[in-house]
Amino acid sequence: MLRLVIRRLLQLIPTLLGLSVLLFLWLNRLPGGPASAILGERATEEKKAAINKLLGLDQPVYVQYWRFLKRMVQGDLGTSIQTGQPVWDEFTLRFPATVELSLMAILIAIVVGIPLGYLAARRRGGWLDITAVSVSLVGICIPVFFLALILKGIFAVKLGLLPSYGRLETGINATEVTGLAMLDGLLTGEFDATWDAFRHLILPSVTLASIPLVVIVRMTRASVLEVLGEDYVRTAESKGLEARVVRGRHVLRNALLPVVTAVGLLTGALLSGAVLTESVFSFEGIGKFLYDAIGGRDYPVLVGFIMLITIVFVLINLLVDLAYSIIDPRVRVN
Amino acid sequence: MALLSVDELTVTFGGRGRASKAVDGVSFDVDQGQVVGLVGESGCGKSVTSLALMGLLPSKGVELGGRADFDGTNLLTMSQRELRDMRGSQLAMIFQDPLSSLNPVVPIGVQVTEILQRHRGLKGEAARKEAAHLLDRVGIPDPTRRLKEYPHQLSGGMRQRALIAMAVACAPRLLIADEPTTALDVTIQAQILELLKELVDEEGTALLMITHDLGVVAGLCDQVNVLYAGKVVESADRHELFAHPMHPYAHGLLESIPRLDAPRGEPLKPIRGSINDRIAWADGCAFAPRCDYYTMECLTGTPALTEPAAAGHQVRCVNPVREPVEIATLDTPDVTATAHGGTSA
Repeated sequence: MLRLVIRRLLQLIPTLLGLSVLLFLWLNRLPGGPASAILGERATEEKKAAINKLLGLDQPVYVQYWRFLKRMVQGDLGTSIQTGQPVWDEFTLRFPATVELSLMAILIAIVVGIPLGYLAARRRGGWLDITAVSVSLVGICIPVFFLALILKGIFAVKLGLLPSYGRLETGINATEVTGLAMLDGLLTGEFDATWDAFRHLILPSVTLASIPLVVIVRMTRASVLEVLGEDYVRTAESKGLEARVVRGRHVLRNALLPVVTAVGLLTGALLSGAVLTESVFSFEGIGKFLYDAIGGRDYPVLVGFIMLITIVFVLINLLVDLAYSIIDPRVRVN
Repeated sequence: MALLSVDELTVTFGGRGRASKAVDGVSFDVDQGQVVGLVGESGCGKSVTSLALMGLLPSKGVELGGRADFDGTNLLTMSQRELRDMRGSQLAMIFQDPLSSLNPVVPIGVQVTEILQRHRGLKGEAARKEAAHLLDRVGIPDPTRRLKEYPHQLSGGMRQRALIAMAVACAPRLLIADEPTTALDVTIQAQILELLKELVDEEGTALLMITHDLGVVAGLCDQVNVLYAGKVVESADRHELFAHPMHPYAHGLLESIPRLDAPRGEPLKPIRGSINDRIAWADGCAFAPRCDYYTMECLTGTPALTEPAAAGHQVRCVNPVREPVEIATLDTPDVTATAHGGTSA
């Protein structure tokens, strides 16, 4: 188990090195640059050159890369061109918001998706199954930003039930402990902040949950259908076990194995920033910041954020593998 | 009265128009402590028969007919709740493929104790002790350790033993074994059969043995029913059947067994063709297209089960075979091929 963890963490090093090379090559190929982003279209060449010199962009790529590596090993990710703040600070400032939103979204997807997928499989061909399958098909076809606008239009604008942007109402503020607004409220006893953060989370997290939800419903359904036909389920039935035991211990336990993997991958994908959702709901997470960084050609932010997201992604996959080895004895590492 | 009395059991799959009969009027009895064989090739309906008896066929798209009286009550009309109470405690089943028949992510111990808890109310330490005792009884060494292990950590033979332990956990009165040795290699096969025999002898459990392997039948069964295309075509006690198979199908099965003492180079004697449902039993004998003894008479409706030679030896054939088969190599020393006095045509 420990060896697996260590091996995975060591594998991160070549992954990050390769990724950084790709990122540098990609950024080098991007038209425009921070100088024109800052100065606008009509900037003179001299002014641009001055800014490029200031940022060190007048040097050849390999020199830039070498400087980047030297800073990197010292744990310095550089400074954002747009805000002037260290990239690390910008990341830690925004990442909790993304974590909160992603966890909420994946939680909704799991809590709704697994029972729905299970019931659809059990009543295969019934109205629930047909509804679930067709709604999920529609669900995966609707663009996220469109769904976001519809939800916003109905629940925020028309009915006025929920806030449509931001993380907290102005004036309400939880003392920061973890950076997750809901959790901080609970930890410090500021329940009004928790409630307010929750209300702000509903629309964006429902929007963000739509695609993982569809994936989980469909996967659970397919997996349960497969397991229902397995010999060991028949064995369990032949023992006369209560339906509850057959379902829980024999059907669901096996059927959820592939779903766990999918949930891990989906969580990783969500954490890497829900650009569209965060933008529509003005939710100050890493997705929105990253999006702005592309527009502003904020190279240090792009490189730093993408590398940090990669680390998060790898760590989550590691967690999934560890979880998997606990629930499936066949893959347990000796 | 017989412990299990199956009377004209039919199992039909598929709805109107596309219905196909997998089991077509099968009747047989199993007495207390008796070992009865259901023999036939793949697709003859033997597994479906066993699943129907256990109530394990899907409720949708399957139609059951006839009766199957277990201790006087008809299994086919029982509610799911009643069947759940019967299964595992009165009736138990052992399946063909021990690896796929065990839940891969649940320890063996839990899979044994769950049935003890369900039917015998044993919990915790008591259940674990009894489970270890059961594993020990079916010949699994170091049972306490094995209880914590998962199916993939056991060998094939041990997995089948574990399944048998679960099946006999609540001392059922009838044990149904559906090809319990097919997935195992020959030495393990022999051990498992030995174990089954032992359990049956000790407990007086009745055993319904479903197999395509005549060697298994010869070594184990008291009474044998040969199935073809969903119908019993021959039924006799073991000695009678091996000495004087009268249905051409049973005859062919026995003749097709290669003999060690056969002259070198003698070709094998297979039954030609394969099972098919082109000819429904209603139009004549379903075996007719593959039969060496077939006449026009065979196509005038379903042949009835008759007793052309000896009492209790039923044959569904209009041209029963009268020549005995030489089966000197089968491991039933008491059944030697002798001429069948007075019945040769």
